[in-house]
Amino acid sequence: MQRGPPRIVSSWGNVARGEHHVYGFRSRFEDFPDIPGESTILPFGNGRSYGDSCLNVGGALLETRFLDRFIRFDADQGILGCEAGVQLADILRVVVPAGWLPCVLPGTQYVTVGGAIANDVHGKNHHRAGTFGCHVTRFELLRPDGERMSCSAQETPDWFAATIGGLGLTGLVTWAEMRLRRVAGPWLDVESIRCADLHELLELSMESAKDFEYTVAWVDCLAQGRRLGRGIVQRANHAGSGATGRRPAAGAGFAVPFAPPVSVVNSATLRLCNAGHYHRRARRTRTVEHYQRFFFPLDGIRHWNRLYGPRGFHQYQCLIPGESAAESVRRLLGAIAAAGEGSLLAVLKCFGDRASPGLLSFPRSGITLALDFPNRGAALAALFERLDAIVAQSGGRLYPAKDARMPGRLFRAGYPRLEEFLRFTHPRCSSSFWRRVMARA
Amino acid sequence: MTRALIIGATSAIAEATARGLARRGAALYLVGRNAQRVAAIAADLRTRGASQVEQEAMDVNDFAAHEAMLDRAMRAAGGLDIVLIAHGTLSDQQACEESVQLTMHELSTNALSVVALCTRIAPRLSAQGGGTLAVISSVAADRGRRSNYVYGSAKALVSAYLSGLRQRLSPAGVQVLTIKPGFVDTPMTAAFAKGPLWASPQRIAAGILSAIDKRRDVVYLPGFWRPVMWIIRMIPERIFKRVAL
Ligand SMILES: Cc1cc2nc3c(=O)[nH]c(=O)nc-3n(C[C@H](O)[C@H](O)[C@H](O)COP(=O)(O)OP(=O)(O)OC[C@H]3O[C@@H](n4cnc5c(N)ncnc54)[C@H](O)[C@@H]3O)c2cc1C
Ligand SMILES: NC(=O)c1ccc[n+]([C@@H]2O[C@H](COP(=O)([O-])OP(=O)(O)OC[C@H]3O[C@@H](n4cnc5c(N)ncnc54)[C@H](OP(=O)(O)O)[C@@H]3O)[C@@H](O)[C@H]2O)c1
Repeated sequence: MQRGPPRIVSSWGNVARGEHHVYGFRSRFEDFPDIPGESTILPFGNGRSYGDSCLNVGGALLETRFLDRFIRFDADQGILGCEAGVQLADILRVVVPAGWLPCVLPGTQYVTVGGAIANDVHGKNHHRAGTFGCHVTRFELLRPDGERMSCSAQETPDWFAATIGGLGLTGLVTWAEMRLRRVAGPWLDVESIRCADLHELLELSMESAKDFEYTVAWVDCLAQGRRLGRGIVQRANHAGSGATGRRPAAGAGFAVPFAPPVSVVNSATLRLCNAGHYHRRARRTRTVEHYQRFFFPLDGIRHWNRLYGPRGFHQYQCLIPGESAAESVRRLLGAIAAAGEGSLLAVLKCFGDRASPGLLSFPRSGITLALDFPNRGAALAALFERLDAIVAQSGGRLYPAKDARMPGRLFRAGYPRLEEFLRFTHPRCSSSFWRRVMARA
Repeated sequence: MTRALIIGATSAIAEATARGLARRGAALYLVGRNAQRVAAIAADLRTRGASQVEQEAMDVNDFAAHEAMLDRAMRAAGGLDIVLIAHGTLSDQQACEESVQLTMHELSTNALSVVALCTRIAPRLSAQGGGTLAVISSVAADRGRRSNYVYGSAKALVSAYLSGLRQRLSPAGVQVLTIKPGFVDTPMTAAFAKGPLWASPQRIAAGILSAIDKRRDVVYLPGFWRPVMWIIRMIPERIFKRVAL
């Protein structure tokens, strides 16, 4: 593979970007590319991480776009093996008609299996299913020095735990095998319930976990005072085989063709949208929804990230563990509402206590809150510092997949198994995120 | 059910095209020089919906192997509706300038092997009374350029050959399709900076399938290359010789 001139690569939030030497990888039988002695390299999936954890500015990226073959699909047992560059969207196209679904689906289907493993992603069913990695049975790890390892929880528990949630730093996952779950069809019974404040919202979220496989809450992050934390709880179960509803339109749908010169998401449009969204529905609605709409509401608009303009946007996703999580979430929402920042996408989810398999996996039992913020420079940085302080005090952590700015201290304090993890990173693997959070300043 | 033979099945463009055929439930016969990779692609296509996939390993420069391969492919599905010839190598122009042997080898891979294959495919499709012979040439065929004239002239030979073959086979109801892609973003070109002129293999594949469905003769993919190459062909040689392209 020859080395061309560097090219600019950016991630989903458009706040992190820079020049990379990009290497292609076309099949699982290929050797790890030869990179110049001083350079480092990072596997790259579909760039759906928001910040700099999928970038390696000044170094090399190993693209897995063409590493995208199915290896086997056992439609009787619900086992799927594929190369790591296969996207969940492709998997869904193959397995849903046969009555199967991946056990864990994040909020977009345009992520690769390798990316889903390396961030050990979670979905709306975390309280039942745990993380993506809980359902991965085996994978192959190709190290930059050429060593190939077949990894599973039984044969190589240490490498398995390091690579799941391992941020691409242990080497390249070339293929993986996972268990699927049975579904009667593509439909879900969905219930949406309006909650007047945070207390009501959290109570309902917790209570819903018992009878509903999927639960998630949308929070109006601009509401203050008595209304702080008001929002809508959505809960769902798979519908029986007789169900049907409105099919999503075929084809690619609407696309944002280019970034407008300034963000169309600002405090005025936000206030309107959030209030409108909150009051739009009846207090309680029941619908039958297609899984595409339910799991991936944002995938209908391609390149929606461009709406934030050329300066891009940040996502802040934290996890607060333990008994006092509700109180910390109240303080976080208070700080955000007071600053008048925030966005349409403020999502709250109560994680369950199923252990995550990775040493650096983000999910653990507690409450996670995720918000998008248009990049407004210093004002936003100041807000983030206030939020960081609350997260740190609560013994919480931030999600690397969404991050372009967390202080190294916060990362190191949030991930107690970091020291253990360091034994498995490969010296030739690095990322912009990694250099940032591991720099001892 | 469509029955297709794909030669150069490990090519990124061919693989994307094969996935389109698999989604339609086609029966596929794959030929490539790397047995392991062809087998992996066959398994993938089965998962994606192909009704039947068989494969064999063959180097296209082994002309003596063509006949038996074609016999097996015809037999596998009891006839062929589509033959796609996709193999090729992006020749290293500078290295070719310094080596007759390499230049001849490049011409063999990109031109002579295609002619040899088509010579044997033509009577088969003709006898069948129909079918499609689709061959990937290139926009590079439209004019020899200093940066890649060995590759370009090989593709030009293929284009001219197909033009004559089309006249010959058209009365028999056989479609001969010349495919001329522009810049395609494949693993081979991963290192290059990509501008707006670059297209994905998926987009090229969709264009190939649609050209087959519409029984077209010559397609530029994407279509904007047709006027672009027309302009490039119109530049008088006396000016062209001074242009760096
Ligand atoms: C709209 C939207 C909604 C989202 N919702 C959720 C959600 O609900 N839950 C959630 O958990 N996340 C969510 N995410 C984040 C997303 O799921 C993760 O960032 C995911 O890892 C992106 O996958 P990717 O294939 O794009 O990988 P990239 O972003 O390209 O890479 C992610 C990491 O994986 C590594 N990597 C990629 N491929 C390999 C490989 N083959 N071997 C080893 N390492 C590899 C990279 O080095 C990098 O560290 C969302 C993102 C978006 C844009
Ligand atoms: N990419 C572009 O920008 C572009 C533009 C115009 C036209 N084209 C043409 O499009 C076609 C497909 O190319 P691609 O872009 O898909 O590139 P590719 O992925 O590199 O495919 C080329 C294929 O040709 C095969 N091949 C080369 N020599 C062979 C031989 N002696 N015997 C058997 N197979 C051989 C290769 O096999 P291995 O996998 O075993 O190496 C490979 O599968 C080629 O004809 C190319 O000239 C490409």
